Amino acid sequence: MNLTLRIWRQKNANTPGEFVTYEAKDVSPDMSFLEMLDVVNEELMRRGEEPIAFDNDCREGICGMCSLMINGVPHGPLPQTATCQLHMRVYKDGDAITIEPWRAAPFPVIKDLIVDRSAFDRIIQSGGYVSVSTGGAPDGNTLPIPKDDADRAFDAAACIGCGACVAACKNASAVLFTSAKISHLALMPQGKVEQDRRVLKMVAQMDEEGFGACTNIGSCEAACPKGITLDNIARMNRLYLKASVKSGLE
Amino acid sequence: MSIKLNSKIPAGPLDDKWTRYRQEMKLVNPANKRKFDVIVVGTGLAGASAAATFGELGYNVKAFCFQDSPRRAHSIAAQGGINAAKNYRNDGDSVYRLFYDTIKGGDFRSREANVYRLAEVSVHIIDQCVAQGVPFAREYGGLLDNRSFGGAQVSRTFYARGQTGQQLLLGAYQALERQIHLGSVKMYPRTEMLDIVLIDGQAKGIIARDLVTGKIEAHSANAVVLATGGYGNVFFLSTNAKGCNVTATYRAFKKGALFANPCYTQIHPTCIPVSGDHQSKLTLMSESLRNDGRVWVPKKLGDNRHPGQIPDDARDYYLERKYPSYGNLAPRDIASRAAKQVCDEGRGVGPGGRGVYLDFSDAINRFGKHKIEERYGNLFEMYERITGENAYEQPMRIYPAVHYTMGGLWVDYELMSNIPGLFVIGEANFSDHGANRLGASALMQGLADGYFVLPQTIAGYFAGQKNGRYPNDHPEFRKAEEEARSRINKLLSIKGKRTVADFHRELGKLMWDDVGMARTEASLKQALKRIPEIRHEFWENVNVPGSASELNTALEYAGRVADFLEFAQLLAYDALEREESCGGHFREEYQTEDGEALRNDEKFSYVAAWEFKGVDQFPELTKEPLVYEEVRMTQRSYK
Ligand SMILES: Cc1cc2nc3c(=O)[nH]c(=O)nc-3n(C[C@H](O)[C@H](O)[C@H](O)COP(=O)(O)OP(=O)(O)OC[C@H]3O[C@@H](n4cnc5c(N)ncnc54)[C@H](O)[C@@H]3O)c2cc1C
Ligand code: SF4
Ligand code: FES
Repeated sequence: MNLTLRIWRQKNANTPGEFVTYEAKDVSPDMSFLEMLDVVNEELMRRGEEPIAFDNDCREGICGMCSLMINGVPHGPLPQTATCQLHMRVYKDGDAITIEPWRAAPFPVIKDLIVDRSAFDRIIQSGGYVSVSTGGAPDGNTLPIPKDDADRAFDAAACIGCGACVAACKNASAVLFTSAKISHLALMPQGKVEQDRRVLKMVAQMDEEGFGACTNIGSCEAACPKGITLDNIARMNRLYLKASVKSGLE
Repeated sequence: MSIKLNSKIPAGPLDDKWTRYRQEMKLVNPANKRKFDVIVVGTGLAGASAAATFGELGYNVKAFCFQDSPRRAHSIAAQGGINAAKNYRNDGDSVYRLFYDTIKGGDFRSREANVYRLAEVSVHIIDQCVAQGVPFAREYGGLLDNRSFGGAQVSRTFYARGQTGQQLLLGAYQALERQIHLGSVKMYPRTEMLDIVLIDGQAKGIIARDLVTGKIEAHSANAVVLATGGYGNVFFLSTNAKGCNVTATYRAFKKGALFANPCYTQIHPTCIPVSGDHQSKLTLMSESLRNDGRVWVPKKLGDNRHPGQIPDDARDYYLERKYPSYGNLAPRDIASRAAKQVCDEGRGVGPGGRGVYLDFSDAINRFGKHKIEERYGNLFEMYERITGENAYEQPMRIYPAVHYTMGGLWVDYELMSNIPGLFVIGEANFSDHGANRLGASALMQGLADGYFVLPQTIAGYFAGQKNGRYPNDHPEFRKAEEEARSRINKLLSIKGKRTVADFHRELGKLMWDDVGMARTEASLKQALKRIPEIRHEFWENVNVPGSASELNTALEYAGRVADFLEFAQLLAYDALEREESCGGHFREEYQTEDGEALRNDEKFSYVAAWEFKGVDQFPELTKEPLVYEEVRMTQRSYK
């Protein structure tokens, strides 16, 4: 099939970007979306032009490195599918596809389709862990954990930190990402110990990074490639309220 | 003159060596730890766990990775699980049994003392990860669940659904982020190490490129740790992440570090076959599928009927035929070679004839579709996403792919290379898996090295160190910086006609055909002739657009492929020199009458450690003999 691509090109953070149109010819339905871009890039480079820069690594939907707004939808049209797992058979001959980077002030563009997501790392730095050092941990089976709790913790821990939730949100809110980590740890007894401190700090960091407020629209959940659900946000809000009340009393 | 290797294995009985070592090792005074700077290159499981632990101990750490965050390292993709000799199942597991299984699985080509320590430490890894809040799978009673993996007779594999690597890496990543927050670790993401710097023969720092600004910088330290993963991408197509590369370890090799056993590469039998020239990587399908799927190809050449129309008596269930007792569960290397053989005969299925069927129809008839969905639903979904085919209705197509590399930089018992101050951990070293790695043991080794072994052994090096750190404008740093810069400029100035990927693809195809699943003297010699030709053309005809002073993905890729183009030769030399078949290294000349790998313990029971002697020069071989005091060598049999 042949496709028309409108792709955001931007030399670096300080230069304004623009859309450039490319023709993708003889695209096989078996290609992944990123392989289709590889082929376009090969063609560009053969002509001595600079390839379109985009982030990717594992190409199997787990590292969270790939991104891309595809026709205005983060990670493209398939539910719970990261861009690298999207295959071209969802498109048909003659389709036009617009490809942009994540658009959110806390994720500035570095080049073309690559953005800076280090704000997510700083949110984790502010408290997204259990403060235990190596060595001295008790036997792994000392503390039984109900299977349901462990399973729900896993569901939240499955977040790949891709940032699609932020890109999907009109307020550029990072609550789905932040609440997923808070939930994962709050659902495990090991993480419960610090949960008050954690939620206060991580929410404060999220605000400091310039992410917007949550207005309960739910576009984040729809965009998430890993099925992270809105009840994590509800849990975070509850924990936050509890922790703020407690800290106010002290 | 060849280098003398000292593996520094402590004296005493096997089960006492690590305890004795720790009792006798030198320590660094806590107040002095701040004075020691450690560079950790790579923050996958091995590097992140090491950097976090160094930080906790009080060292000053600088950590580097080329992704935008340490959470994205290739370790994230590991699916199956992590082994530990906990014996929670009361099924007879023990440290000794895990040790023995690992030695045997490695086809008697690994060091007893290292492997024993790995098995010993394995139990602490699980405790540590649980304490971090890693959501391992649990039973209804609330205790940790286990499964048996990769043909082991005991259930010792801990897992977190099909995403064990992700959960373990996030645990290590979070520990690392905590240290970053506390100021003991400084993280350099999107930064690639280009070279290592030696002063007076000791590792004293690295040269790295900031991938966003293009700036080349020298970083100085008291010691350098490489945790940069494996080199499977020398084959172009593999199950590794796109960015996995050999640059860090190969650069160290060029500076004098010995590279051990590069020919030991692991091929995984159940991957989704190549669908066309556009293919950029291969996806692993969990091995557990072979518990219920039957592998077959048509008996007759050119039988192009739809699989559903080929009756049972026209199918060759070749694994069941050749290995009646193990059948479809034959070990990775054996199942892989058998698939290659039937495809070489022209009986392969799917595009290009490089595929075999993995058929679930019998299992679906026996247990019902529902049961199979419950067991493998997510895998069937993934398969359909990639191929567009529904594996409940027609058999899956699978083919072997490069998956893991057992070879790596040579290290002693303390995980130090032959260059003082240069330590190597995780998949990047050669240490524990011999000629073949068991399933669920790479995660175990990475975390053992990073959390428990290196943080102890490195203290001995610091305690005995005379000259500490050098300023990063020392002439040796300047020189290495200049070299890195001129190499980049060279790559950018060629302006030829072919892309980097073109060359990588060509190299990969050559390696796969001639240095892949089955090797012969003739195929290896052919590869050794072709590799330099491809490399010479690369340096004359590659086109790397853009400039050095900006984010330039083509340039990053070019540097990595340039190193693969030299490293490939080393791999082939090693494969040529090892005139036996063992584990992941199969030489067609050396097989039993039944076509099984034939080891030659008398001549090849050693670690092959290679020393760089110049590009296109035959490297020099140093042999570290492998002495087995505890176990008796046996021949594997899976008939
Ligand atoms: C699909 C798949 C499934 C697997 N499943 C399992 C499993 O179930 N169980 C198991 O035990 N093992 C499994 N393995 C193997 C296992 O995942 C790896 O061997 C292991 O994760 C390697 O960890 P590492 O820390 O050594 O390296 P990696 O995770 O590869 O990390 C390498 C690090 O080095 C950095 N780096 C590399 N080069 C440079 C450079 N020049 N400059 C700066 N940084 C650099 C990278 O950024 C990265 O941070 C699997 C492998 C694959 C491919
Ligand atoms: S919550 Fe979902 S969309 Fe947001 S970062 Fe995590 S995986 Fe990506
Ligand atoms: S490239 Fe890793 S999730 Fe897409």
